[in-house]
Amino acid sequence: MSAHSDAAASRPGRWQPAVTQDPLLRKHGAQGSGALGQPVSRIEGPLKVQGKARFAAEFPYEGLCYAALAFSTIPRGRITALDTAAAEAAPGVVLVMTHRNAPRMKAPSLMMSSPTAAGASDLPVMQTDEIHWNGQPIAVVLAETQEQADYAASLVTAGYAPLPAVTSFDEARKTPRQLDNILGQPPVVEIGDAEGALKGAAVQVDQIYRTPRHNHNAIELHAATVAWTGDELRVHDASQLLDLTAGQLADIFGLEADKVRVSSPYVGGGFGGKCLWDHQILACAAAKLAGRPVRIMLSREGVFRIVGGRTLTEQRVALGASADGRLDALIHTGIAAMTAHNSCPEQFTFPTRHLYAAKSVRLAQEVADMDMLANTFMRAPGESVGTFALECAIDELADKLGLDPIELRRRIEPEKDPTSGKPFSSRHLIDAYEKGAERFGWERRSKAPRQRRDGEWLIGMGCATATYPYHRFPGGAARIRLTAGGQVTVSTAVHDMGMGTATAQVQHIAARLGVPLDNVTFEYGDTTLPRGVIAGGSTQTASIGGAVIAATEVFVEELLKLAGNDSPLAGLSLADVETRDGGIGHRDDAARFESYESILRRAGRGELVCEAEAPPPAEMEAFSMHSYGAQFCEVRVSEITGEVRVSRFLGSFDAGRILNAKTATSQFKGGIIMGIGLALTEETNFDPRTGRIVNASLADYHVPVQMDVPAIEILYTDIPDPQAPMGARGIGEIGITGVGAAVANAVYNATGKRIRDLPITLDKLM
Amino acid sequence: MNPFSYERAADAAAAIGLAKGNAAARYLGGGTNLVDLMRETVERPEMLVDVTGLPHGIEPRADGGLLIGASATNTALAADSHVRTHYPLLARAILAGASAQIRNMATVGGNILQRTRCRYFYDTAAACNKREPGAGCDARDGFNRYHAILGASPACVATHPSDMCVALAALDATVHLDGPDGPRSIALADLHRLPGDRPDIETELKPGELIAAVEIPPLPFARRSTYRKVRDRASYAFALVSVAAALDLAEDGTVRDVRLALGGVAHKPWRASAAEAALKGRPANPESFRAAAEVELAAATGLRDNGFKIELAKRTIVAVLGDLTGDEA
Repeated sequence: MSAHSDAAASRPGRWQPAVTQDPLLRKHGAQGSGALGQPVSRIEGPLKVQGKARFAAEFPYEGLCYAALAFSTIPRGRITALDTAAAEAAPGVVLVMTHRNAPRMKAPSLMMSSPTAAGASDLPVMQTDEIHWNGQPIAVVLAETQEQADYAASLVTAGYAPLPAVTSFDEARKTPRQLDNILGQPPVVEIGDAEGALKGAAVQVDQIYRTPRHNHNAIELHAATVAWTGDELRVHDASQLLDLTAGQLADIFGLEADKVRVSSPYVGGGFGGKCLWDHQILACAAAKLAGRPVRIMLSREGVFRIVGGRTLTEQRVALGASADGRLDALIHTGIAAMTAHNSCPEQFTFPTRHLYAAKSVRLAQEVADMDMLANTFMRAPGESVGTFALECAIDELADKLGLDPIELRRRIEPEKDPTSGKPFSSRHLIDAYEKGAERFGWERRSKAPRQRRDGEWLIGMGCATATYPYHRFPGGAARIRLTAGGQVTVSTAVHDMGMGTATAQVQHIAARLGVPLDNVTFEYGDTTLPRGVIAGGSTQTASIGGAVIAATEVFVEELLKLAGNDSPLAGLSLADVETRDGGIGHRDDAARFESYESILRRAGRGELVCEAEAPPPAEMEAFSMHSYGAQFCEVRVSEITGEVRVSRFLGSFDAGRILNAKTATSQFKGGIIMGIGLALTEETNFDPRTGRIVNASLADYHVPVQMDVPAIEILYTDIPDPQAPMGARGIGEIGITGVGAAVANAVYNATGKRIRDLPITLDKLM
Repeated sequence: MNPFSYERAADAAAAIGLAKGNAAARYLGGGTNLVDLMRETVERPEMLVDVTGLPHGIEPRADGGLLIGASATNTALAADSHVRTHYPLLARAILAGASAQIRNMATVGGNILQRTRCRYFYDTAAACNKREPGAGCDARDGFNRYHAILGASPACVATHPSDMCVALAALDATVHLDGPDGPRSIALADLHRLPGDRPDIETELKPGELIAAVEIPPLPFARRSTYRKVRDRASYAFALVSVAAALDLAEDGTVRDVRLALGGVAHKPWRASAAEAALKGRPANPESFRAAAEVELAAATGLRDNGFKIELAKRTIVAVLGDLTGDEA
């Protein structure tokens, strides 16, 4: 902890995570007031619909050239021949870059291995003749137009000396590997003798669940526009980790950190995929080689070839229960495919660490190394597929016990975190179930399967628990600028990939500082701003909150100093006051108040600028902090063809205070839609003979289309988490969790068939 | 995409003249498949002859049939009132395909001549006898969920992806061609070939020939017809199996006449002639329908991923004929 923070902790009135609450909770109470929670429309919406919001591939530069990539067609080996002559001779070509002429660059470092590491893999980028996956870039073509670059790239030919490659999961799993840790958590958790307890249990469920590879398919293709000025590098990126990207690029190119500026004001979907991949590095290298600015925009196939996705998993869930529905044994183990050059083990045992009470527990996960593109984070990595296995097994157990699945969850609801023993900061899972069940009409579900039909269509209902952890990243800072006219600008290098960050933060800042929405500007998306946190792990909103709280404390203290002895605020300190109505007032004395404008005017100041860094996330150490939800699904399954159609869906969430009813609802719905894809349609076809992705297009990789998605209803408890800034936990990822299981459980209720192997395609139901 | 020249033809004669003797010329309709293939460098034409200016009328014939200009869009054909009334299976088949945007661009001629969506055909890094004769077939032991269960060969297991053609096959449509050697006509059912050992030769078109029009003969009982497409998502996916059917019932409840064709199962739209023969004169009931389906699929064989389609095709045939037997049809 820094000296700054030590001093902070000793100052009365300061937010001390895990000890005191965010003062905003006290000020506004549980129901919120003013702008917070209102369904405010996206502030950037008009710009986007007018085409005035400029995305990464839309920044114009004098002398800009366009990049296209050629990809390897083998999974592992060496390039023995690389013929670029035809490409170089093609019309408009500026240069062709390969490992032979690329600038020398350091390899990226794996994300989280250092404060500036952003690598999805630590392989060097186009530095040698080595091939590590099928689809690795082997050449970059720069040309005067995109079409010329694409054509020339198609003329690059390569010869290879293949090396033995592990491209079959069945082969890879024969030599599993145990990691030291799974995202900082132990890979194995054992409480008591779970295997023994399972054998002795009155009722048992012991099943294997499989989930396939998934690929990122945000609407906006990965893109960057890059330009060098001397040794200064300017990158317009589509990014959810600006500062890490800038730091990593500086490291790769041997630059001082302040020589790299990355900005990303608008991003057309992130989901964990808009991080640092080879294309930005290659564009910077090619721009350096050419001495010209470069734009790179991957083709849809290119996204499949060089941007990782969710890896496949095989999971065992075994439950041993007493006849009255208490868990004697809870076992969740399994294996996920990974590579030797990344670290993304798909933490599917994580939900099981926190959800249910059991007398004995065994959790363990391993990885199987394959020669493939580095897999990566994809919306709720771990929890999305982990809840599929766990929540299907819980449903199977409820069926065996003859209990309603919601009643079973009531009986295994823990009083404290079942593996860490920590108290929950705020947990209202059963509330979410009960509200959801009532609204959804859960009582109409038949207990036995195959009881409802409409012609050839069997109808069933299912439910499942959603969960995602709360995290707040340290290291983020925020700057508040107040003008004499009462305008407030808050700045921090964070991200809005379309989820409404800026809109929610404007509401947050207006509520925190007690000013109208129209007086607030939120600056983000640029590394020249105070250091921000990444937009990942549903952490950004709370992390920004922590920084804005800290900056607000400095802001109030500075204003109190400026107010001096001639103010109604004379003699008051941070602990005595609150921000309200465009100024500062005594918490308990309405008469003691002075507006911001008055303070600045009397002090002869045109503006006030304060900046502070968020205090470390001590709340995460002291409490078990998670969001929860209950997913409800109704399906119709054709008895003839096995086709499954989701006919109704409802998500009932307990995610702390909701900051914007409109954008939050959209986030939840988006997660559920992605979950319907996970349940029914999405699967990457990875050819085990070649390690090549076969369905590298949106025509062949099936995300749900409009007709696959029914009307979705969203409920939320809106109960503030007393330990979280604003009382709000992240909501970006929880929506997808539990959906796979809710659909599978509904399919069982409709048909009597348990499908434990995603996606639930019709052939599995025939 | 390789460089190419572009010419717009005012009429069929001009189009044929422009393409004559040029093996690297292609006729361009809506471009919804050809341009995709050019982007993937699977198709590398040096010249495109745009034929969208050729006749696109949809005209009822005196005999009750219909003549459709090859440049009519899929959207226009599906929306045509004569089609909707007299050939509902055709309207439904078209609307089951692609997306509204693609149907707005796609022409009838282009739909007929679209190429397989086998991913190994699209990926120039894969082995494909259709793309490169003699190269081998990566689909046979690869991902072949969408591949053929009927009429396939060791060289190729690809399917023809059209929905519209399945309905046209059931309707005994005739394709009117024009070319350097003058006009001729061919039954739609005979236009596409089975792959054999030359899967690269997909149709009976001769070099330089184009489709000028499609003619559908009158078929009064086609008012009682439909199209059912079974696929992996509710829209915008190719058929795993599809069935086009028209049913003519005698007053005693037996099948007087029937038309049946399958999609998603073969290298061409599959006219189910054996099933039709097995059905005529039989009672219109699920047992007869199932027996006929068994006859048609008797020769079907499954690959690694698509064996389920044999049973799926049988069930879908039974369901579609059952629907046409009901009062609501």
